[in-house]
Amino acid sequence: MTHRTAIVAVLGLSLAAGTALAQSRGTVKIAYIDPLSGAFANVGDLGLKHYTFFADKLNAAGGVNGQKIEIVPLDNKVSPQESLIALKKAIDDGIRYITQGNSSGVALALTDAVEKHNARNKGKEILYINYAAVDPALTNDKCHYMHFRFDADADMKMQALTNYMSGRKEIKKVYLINQDYAFGKAVAAAANTMLKAKRPDVQVVGDELHPLGRVTDFSPYVAKIKAAGADSVITGNWGNDMSLLIKAAKDAGMELDWYTYYAGGLGSPTAIGQAGRDRVKQISEWHKNVPSPEMEALVAEYERRFNPPGATGTYNEYSFMRLKTAFEMVTRAMAEAKSNDPVKAAAKLSGMKHHTEFGEVQMRADNHQLLQPLYVSTMAAGLKYDIEKTGLGFRTDDRIEAKDTALPTTCKMNRIG
Amino acid sequence: MFDLIVLSVFNGLIYGLLLFMLSSGLTLIFSMMGVLNFAHASVYMAGAYFAYSLTPYLGFWGALIAAPFLAGLVGAAVERFGLRHVHGHGHVAELLFTFGLAYLIEEFVHLVWGRNPLDQRPPPLLDFPLFTFAGIDFPAFKVFMIVVALGMFVALWLILTRTRIGLIVQAALTHPHTVGNLGHDVPTVFTLVFATGSALAGLAGVMGGIHLVTNPGMAQALGPIVFVVIVVGGLGSLAGALIASILIGLLQTFAIAVDASLADFLRLFGLQVTRATPGWEVWSITLAQIGPMLPYLLLVLMLMLRPRGLLGSRDS
Repeated sequence: MTHRTAIVAVLGLSLAAGTALAQSRGTVKIAYIDPLSGAFANVGDLGLKHYTFFADKLNAAGGVNGQKIEIVPLDNKVSPQESLIALKKAIDDGIRYITQGNSSGVALALTDAVEKHNARNKGKEILYINYAAVDPALTNDKCHYMHFRFDADADMKMQALTNYMSGRKEIKKVYLINQDYAFGKAVAAAANTMLKAKRPDVQVVGDELHPLGRVTDFSPYVAKIKAAGADSVITGNWGNDMSLLIKAAKDAGMELDWYTYYAGGLGSPTAIGQAGRDRVKQISEWHKNVPSPEMEALVAEYERRFNPPGATGTYNEYSFMRLKTAFEMVTRAMAEAKSNDPVKAAAKLSGMKHHTEFGEVQMRADNHQLLQPLYVSTMAAGLKYDIEKTGLGFRTDDRIEAKDTALPTTCKMNRIG
Repeated sequence: MFDLIVLSVFNGLIYGLLLFMLSSGLTLIFSMMGVLNFAHASVYMAGAYFAYSLTPYLGFWGALIAAPFLAGLVGAAVERFGLRHVHGHGHVAELLFTFGLAYLIEEFVHLVWGRNPLDQRPPPLLDFPLFTFAGIDFPAFKVFMIVVALGMFVALWLILTRTRIGLIVQAALTHPHTVGNLGHDVPTVFTLVFATGSALAGLAGVMGGIHLVTNPGMAQALGPIVFVVIVVGGLGSLAGALIASILIGLLQTFAIAVDASLADFLRLFGLQVTRATPGWEVWSITLAQIGPMLPYLLLVLMLMLRPRGLLGSRDS
């Protein structure tokens, strides 16, 4: 052996040892691909705060399999193209877990790219934690083994919402207003079919799609809702599209019942204020007034951390129960697999049952859609917890058990590993 | 139907006048200095946030004056210490400078006020429905906005046409070098115009922050469309900016009110277009859905057919 080869060998050995060391001691990185600038920056920021909160708690307790969790925020400006660039960056950095939630348009692009990446890069597969993109296609026609959804899809939520609406005889004319992309269209389609089946007497007087995140003044839409004579509105709008819509309706003095997916936070309660009392309803996996001492303590801890004394601006609310569930289940799967390899974790995650404060949830093995209890709730006064300091909170009208939320799936997926 | 038309006119007018408040300053800056000020809408956003922070101390009326003043100071500083130095390196450098500035302002807003929307209410004096038409309330604040915007137009117009400084500004619009050669301090005029333009954007921000929602996305929401306004209206033309703003406001509002699609249009001529027709996806798009695209269509058409804009005085 010459000197040179010896040096190369030693170098190579030490490099290999170095990487092995880095892997055992280093961190498990989760790329958080969501909007951190632009019209939906506040929505992405909220999710990031939740992830940071849970990661810090877990790391303080020693992490998982001896490794700490590191959340890597990547701004995608809710653009599918930007998201693919972010994914590429995550792949280049050797990140094996990604998470995203805002916009099904983004999710469809990402899930497709992840599936292709996984097929072409054995041993470097990526696990996709979807915590909020709810286009039903993601766990049906577009499903694949490494995509896991922790939020109920648009159809499951509409099922719960229309079941509740079927018992309310005061609803006569419904107006649908949604964002013009995959998710908004899914909401509109589900509302149309399900209302027709459950309440044939209800008239759908409008089915509006408006551009995503581009409308600054919803007054013209409100005028249209008024002209159509609607008494109730169904909308899947989120972020500023929700708060601006509800604000325009309130400014116009409209008396409408709102059946919403996302009016429970991010400025919408503030925008409608007292006018929303007994009128704004939402379908969600949780709200602050579902009783649970553990959750109440956690919410208080979160809000203490992100609202330090003397802080100005909007109050940071704890908002996503499902993100806690997602974080717990993914890290539990890693722990049970005794490996932070996403393929091994996925095998544990598929079909996993998990206990939460509100009953047992399960990750369906056939399409990787989480089944969890859902709540229909209404904005009301005099409750234990209010929202955004409005004095109004959400009151449960209906709880749908996890097993009752399940819908048939067209998903066909191949197990990896 | 009649109700919807009246409502649309009113809503279009309000939106148009908000656009005018933003574009009047921009059109002056653009035509005088040749600077496409990408940060103009960011100053509008800053105005809204300034008002949010000042209202607890000064009240709404105090903030209505102080916030635009602050925005004007920011504008003056940007021109004096930033743009003036970049100016020598040509228009591309200026463009990049204002582009970067827009990002800086947005990040600054994120840092200071956070990413969440902030709640701004109209002052109690204006927080009531002024009148009700066809079951829709019209908040007094919206009418106040109309009054402010029109007042602004009249004041600007008087200054530009009836005062000495207005005379110099007018002259500098078309013949900046001649004005400089005549011994006028053109750089100071530039600073003044930039500051005034920024202050007007700040004033629009105070209004817009309350009328819409104060949030870090508000600059991006209106940024592109004010450029459409100044191009359509004609560079440097205040009246043009007013007409273009209202035109675009009405165009967008009426488009939303119309649910007709190309398929419906073809049906008028007896052509049956159904789901089975090739390209149904395109034929079935309603005017309401493409409403937000229409101003840009107008921009493209205007640049092709009449590059000087509606009331512009020069082709550039």
